[in-house]
Amino acid sequence: MSITVRFFASIREKLGKEQDIIESKGITCAADVWNRSARIPLPGNTLVAVNMEYARPDQPVRDGDEVAFFPPVTGGAR
Amino acid sequence: MKILLVAEAFDPWREVERYQSGQPGLAGKFGATAVFVGTLRDFNRGNEVQSMTLEHYAPMTRRHLERVAEEASARWPIEDVLVIHRYGELRPNDPIVCVAVWAAHRDAAFDACRYLIDELKTRAPFWKQELTPQGRRWVAPEKTK
Repeated sequence: MSITVRFFASIREKLGKEQDIIESKGITCAADVWNRSARIPLPGNTLVAVNMEYARPDQPVRDGDEVAFFPPVTGGAR
Repeated sequence: MKILLVAEAFDPWREVERYQSGQPGLAGKFGATAVFVGTLRDFNRGNEVQSMTLEHYAPMTRRHLERVAEEASARWPIEDVLVIHRYGELRPNDPIVCVAVWAAHRDAAFDACRYLIDELKTRAPFWKQELTPQGRRWVAPEKTK
């Protein structure tokens, strides 16, 4: 009964971890996942993905989901 | 349609030629090929860039690149799409991304190519970190959508 949490780029560096597994009990939305794993306030420009789809912090999550938090993306070329 | 995420330096022109010659069904169907290649400069925002590391969220990146390519195929009359994107550590002059579109006519090829590069920049989860003489820095996005 767990949720996989992933952090990328500057958020990964800030938290000092790239992955976490948390107990899904008591978790209802993506923001709950952040609060339990990161233990600091969610930075305002953070992007959230649930099962690799962009999501809002209030999106419901459930057991077995993968929830990711990362800064705005900067791929491609200018 | 092919999406490639590669850790090593690649030659976009060779890859476009190789992909095209490996698609016999394309021959005779296309009259236009639009190719965009993005390459790492040795400068950015007034600083020398010694190298750049591209981090990504592999399965999510692939999913969103495939979706953007499918959208382009649905929106314009195009025959085929090839997208190649680097990750890992890059040096100046290394190609970062290559988008190639084959179509019967040039308007669709140009428009779909432009759509692909613009959309992948804002949707595919990649993050650039530059190494400059002043140290490492995460590259800020151009604008938020």
